[in-house]
Amino acid sequence: MVFLDVDKVTKSYGPLDVLHDINIAIEEGEFLVLVGPSGCGKSTLLNMIAGLEEISGGEIKIKGKVMNGVHPSNRNIAMVFQSYALYPNMTVGENITFGLEMHGVEKSERKKAMLDVATLLQIGKLLDRKPGQLSGGQRQRVAMGRALVRNPDVFLFDEPLSNLDAKLRVDMRIEIKKLHQKLGTTIVYVTHDQIEAMTLSTRIAVMNGGHLQQLGKPKEIYDKPNNVFVATFMGSPSMNVIPAVVRNLAGVPHVEIRRHDDSTSLLKFNDMKFLERENQKILLGIRPEAITDPDGADRKSDNICYLENRIEVIEPAGADTFVSMQLGGKDVTARMRSDTEIITGADFNFAVNMQKAVAFDPESQVRISS
Amino acid sequence: MAAPMQETAIRTGKVARTFIYLVLLLFAAFYMLPLYVMFVNSVKPLAEITGGGMMSLPSVFTLEPWVKAWSSAQIGVEPSGLSPYFWNSIKMVVPAVFVSTILGALNGYVLTQWRFRYDTIFFGLLLFACFIPFQIVLIPMAKMLGVMGLAGTTWGLSFVHIVYGIGFTTLYFRNFYAVFPSELVSAAQIDGAGFFQIFRRILLPSSGPIAVVSIIWQFTNIWNDFLFGASFAGADSQPMTVALNNLVQASHGVKEYNVHFAGAILAAMPTLLVYIVGGRYFVRGLMAGSVKG
Amino acid sequence: MASIAGADMKTRLQTWLPKLVLSPSLALMLVFVYAFIAFSVYLSFTDSRLLPSYGWIGLENYTKLWRLSHWETSLKNMGIFALLYISICTALGLTLAIFLDQKIRGEGLLRPIYLYPMALSFIVTGTAWKWFLDPGIGLENVIQGWGWEGFEFRWIKDRSLAIYTIVLAAVWQTSGFVMAMFLAGLRGIDNEILKAAQMDGASNWSLYRRIVIPQLRPAFLSAFVILSHLAIKTFDLVIAMTGGGPGRATELPATFMYSYTFSRNQMGIGSASATIMLITIASIMVPYLYSELRENH
Ligand SMILES: Nc1ncnc2c1ncn2[C@@H]1O[C@H](COP(=O)(O)OP(=O)(O)O)[C@@H](O)[C@H]1O
Ligand SMILES: [Mg+2]
Repeated sequence: MVFLDVDKVTKSYGPLDVLHDINIAIEEGEFLVLVGPSGCGKSTLLNMIAGLEEISGGEIKIKGKVMNGVHPSNRNIAMVFQSYALYPNMTVGENITFGLEMHGVEKSERKKAMLDVATLLQIGKLLDRKPGQLSGGQRQRVAMGRALVRNPDVFLFDEPLSNLDAKLRVDMRIEIKKLHQKLGTTIVYVTHDQIEAMTLSTRIAVMNGGHLQQLGKPKEIYDKPNNVFVATFMGSPSMNVIPAVVRNLAGVPHVEIRRHDDSTSLLKFNDMKFLERENQKILLGIRPEAITDPDGADRKSDNICYLENRIEVIEPAGADTFVSMQLGGKDVTARMRSDTEIITGADFNFAVNMQKAVAFDPESQVRISS
Repeated sequence: MAAPMQETAIRTGKVARTFIYLVLLLFAAFYMLPLYVMFVNSVKPLAEITGGGMMSLPSVFTLEPWVKAWSSAQIGVEPSGLSPYFWNSIKMVVPAVFVSTILGALNGYVLTQWRFRYDTIFFGLLLFACFIPFQIVLIPMAKMLGVMGLAGTTWGLSFVHIVYGIGFTTLYFRNFYAVFPSELVSAAQIDGAGFFQIFRRILLPSSGPIAVVSIIWQFTNIWNDFLFGASFAGADSQPMTVALNNLVQASHGVKEYNVHFAGAILAAMPTLLVYIVGGRYFVRGLMAGSVKG
Repeated sequence: MASIAGADMKTRLQTWLPKLVLSPSLALMLVFVYAFIAFSVYLSFTDSRLLPSYGWIGLENYTKLWRLSHWETSLKNMGIFALLYISICTALGLTLAIFLDQKIRGEGLLRPIYLYPMALSFIVTGTAWKWFLDPGIGLENVIQGWGWEGFEFRWIKDRSLAIYTIVLAAVWQTSGFVMAMFLAGLRGIDNEILKAAQMDGASNWSLYRRIVIPQLRPAFLSAFVILSHLAIKTFDLVIAMTGGGPGRATELPATFMYSYTFSRNQMGIGSASATIMLITIASIMVPYLYSELRENH
């Protein structure tokens, strides 16, 4: 059964439409991440699930019950906010139990629930402090404790880690993942950080401009992006999108790419269907890790092509070295092993894993299915 | 006072600094002058004042003028002293301060934490109402107080001060609550708290400082009001300022300057006390009314 | 935000409560401010005298008003008063603020002394200055008593000079407040800018003239708006100090309105004068509030 169902949901503020026909069905225990650039409507959608925003059109159901018009406190959801939204005048303990108190839970029971949560999150020592006396990470834990104590059907997170510094963000990310694995609660998690989306989710919903762009498992989203937006938004450094032309070379489809000096290179395509598009323009999508030094090429790939091109910029990044070059008039990034010997301005023979390449229609920007 | 001390980058020479101190002290004397005049002359016999001794310290110290100003000076037709009027002012001020502050707090809460469409227009109208010349409402207000049965009572004056005080109190609380993240109310809604519970349990406990600002501002303004008191009070509901003016302007008999000064200090005492105790908040209120936060 | 059909009780209640809570204030404001203003403006077009009366006489009250020498005097006094009051308060407030901003020892003591007059009633202030300036017992009498027989200071009794004593008392009352506004502005200026300018070799004088004072623009604007609105509303101080006299030497529009409405039973003319006061204040306040509110949104 669908646990949380977002069914043809729309949202408008007066004449301004901010969400268009959003459909997302979530199973129990899923960790769904809503990801997209800032202003795309993620928070709005989350707030509609929470009941903090009115639903302009469509329905939201939790466990089969329509939630439109139901007060936030009666949806059995809990939410963690970006600013944590801890009540400044209450102690940590009071913050955690406020919701239970509002729901008329006995004092002794409240205390027990609070202590359980405090143990789980290791915040037992903080219970008598005020939020103002806590560090960012501690506030984050308290905010999660406040959500956990209610034992909700669905957890909602709105960019909970974006106020933390980089190191703490990684730690808390792992902690949230552990918590989900342990408790198995259904989670809807909003972020604009695609790494958070990839690492945490069981499924990702990519949004842009109020439209759902793609809904799928992290691997699907990464390997088979629906369109150029998803392809470039997910992944870092982002996917190279190179203008190219399909050519028929002895009955095998190839893509023709312009190199830095306007000469062209042909790279073989595995998918025979591209023959239908002979001499048509496409956008070729190749992730940086699919353009490597020849020794670093994926051994399991059945289609490695070689391409000589001039190295323009070298960026050593520790584990890897990123190389920039010109292809099809665009800046293209390749990812080399760090011990590769390369020289800025010199020509280099790159290995391109064409098995991982995808193609987009230059007009609609949609992926050409393959 | 709100302005914090900070290192000024500007350096001044010795001569310049002496000059600056001199000017600053001179003006301190200028600002203290009337207070000095009122105090020293309120504790000396009348003859010392009329004999050219206004600026000197009293050679004979007497509290007689204070006693007279408080309990037996002729105010209008009654030799009642200022005391009944002092209590009139208290009766007028306390409910007015209380009610206008509560309404201001609720308005500020709604205007900042609950979205609704015409909030800026509403607030703009309310704010403009703070600055109108009250001459423009005197006539209809006099009529209306009659209709409501409040004419000539301290309740009527309280009511008038509530009506024209809401603008400022709302301004204070609105600017104060504006920095509370709206997520706070969202979190509380999810926790199951209702409109008033959110106010009482979450916003109100943090509102101490701004409540003090609002109370001090309202208290000072209402206590010091003269126009409404003079226009709407009955003979037995006049506030302190009106009574003091009557005392000072009385045309009959000997002018007892020492009694006038004692009366003036009595009228100034409550607001001066508030200023001494809560000056910081008083200044915050003044500033909030001019440069918005 | 129309509440949706099918919303539960709690949701409905929560959408209505905020509006319900605002409504008393809204009602009070609409009736006691805006309807009253409309009523008074209406009265200014009627033949009201002792009591409101509803005979429409068009602009007659206004034409009468502009022919009254009493009104002309009030306006002339207003002009002198407002000009001097605003400019002296601003100049004095700015000077004191700049001086106080020089790491002055005892600043914590001086500031409250400059500011306390704001906490006093104009009636108290008026009483103190009235007797201090009174030639019979005040300054003149004191200085003569010190042996300076020829000393004369009777401005408060002089028709052509009395208005300046009102300026003096009003400046005494509010200049400290203006000082506080400028001081807050000065303390808000980024010190790095000043240091940079000093490194460029700017003298103190040019530092203030070229860099600091231009940055105080918002404080100047606020001071101007607050002072001009206070000037137009000045009433109690005149009543307490001079009662509008000697003769009509210190009459202001506010005192004019009061005496025409309540002692001379010329309510129509009184209302016309109040309307003119309102329009004057509105023409200053409305643009100011509009820009301030827009900035905040
Ligand atoms: N109360 C509102 N009135 C009008 N527009 C709004 C309101 N709240 C949000 N929006 C608009 O809706 C869009 C989506 O906002 P939001 O959901 O907060 O984006 P995200 O969380 O993805 O950054 C934005 O363009 C924002 O400007
Ligand atoms: Mg957001």
